[in-house]
Amino acid sequence: MRYLTDRKRAEGKGSGHAGTEDHWFMTVSAVALAFLVPVWMFIFGRALGQDHATVVATFGRPFPAIVTGLLLIVGMRHFISGATMMIEDYLRGTARKMAVIGVICLSWATAAAGIFALIKIAL
Amino acid sequence: MVQFTLPKNSKIRTGKTWPRPAAAKNVRKFLIYRWNPDDGQNPRVDTYFLDMDKCGPMVLDALIKIKNEIDPTLTFRRSCREGICGSCAMNIDGLNTLACIKGLDEIKGDVKIYPLPHMAVVKDLIPDLTHFYAQHASIMPWLETKTNRPAKEWRQSIEDREKLDGLYECVMCASCSTSCPSYWWNADRYLGPAALLHAWRWIVDSRDEATGERLDMLEDPFKLYRCHTIMNCAETCPKGLNPAKAIAQIKKMMVERVV
Repeated sequence: MRYLTDRKRAEGKGSGHAGTEDHWFMTVSAVALAFLVPVWMFIFGRALGQDHATVVATFGRPFPAIVTGLLLIVGMRHFISGATMMIEDYLRGTARKMAVIGVICLSWATAAAGIFALIKIAL
Repeated sequence: MVQFTLPKNSKIRTGKTWPRPAAAKNVRKFLIYRWNPDDGQNPRVDTYFLDMDKCGPMVLDALIKIKNEIDPTLTFRRSCREGICGSCAMNIDGLNTLACIKGLDEIKGDVKIYPLPHMAVVKDLIPDLTHFYAQHASIMPWLETKTNRPAKEWRQSIEDREKLDGLYECVMCASCSTSCPSYWWNADRYLGPAALLHAWRWIVDSRDEATGERLDMLEDPFKLYRCHTIMNCAETCPKGLNPAKAIAQIKKMMVERVV
């Protein structure tokens, strides 16, 4: 039981003075992904079903390798923001913090593993 | 926070079925949510039948007829009966709207009436709007000026005045905010479409001199950025306004400040 005025409840802790940069990043990364995803799908689609040497040669070339690298970094960074927002919508307290940390770790681990594989293929 | 099931004491049971009007040919069935905080019972849905040949054309007419002629304990807010006061907002046929401007002919089949969703209920069709009004107050819904008061009036061009169209008409009925899933889950921190539409109404007002302070106050991952452009607010607004567009304008102005 807390004797708070309605106005104090509505204002809470005030403004966090944050969110705009994340909103702008999501907008820009969405545009970037609108380009990267179809291009990467085209590259991946052409390599799909080919023998190992052809696939390695495809992703060893600069353009497919750079597109894949960008997709991993931009995509996972975009995923972090989107998933964090979704978690903030539905969870509270410690569960929220743990879930956000989990998503960030998982996303960067996915990006790192992908880039490591890409470097191994390219070199 | 999101809840997938209703608490035990909020589960709705079947209520009383009131008698059909005798000798009536044009009868319509009304299913209305009832809850009385004083009887300790769960909410229920009562069934009423009205002779439509002796009833006005709007949902509010039917509610008033039920209250006057069948069940005087039915409780709901109403005042102007012409969509200006915003008192009679409720969920009718699955859509939040004003009972006074919702025609019965717009509804197919039985008429289902519930209070505005995801708000604490005071009684029957009356939601507790205390927090909603406090959020509105928090966005400073008044003209803030720093320049000395002019001798006559704060002048505004016709073009600048036109920017307020589609904003000033909001009657604060809460239909939009209570239709917004983001507001359902995070009403304690997210301001909701109605308060944000009013915030934009004062930000865009050419006479207001507190634009920066207003934007500072709104720049928050929850107060503003919990809007996910779901658009339920624009879909449901009984006045035909578009709060989602107003929120998008605020976000655009926020970006213009930093990029």
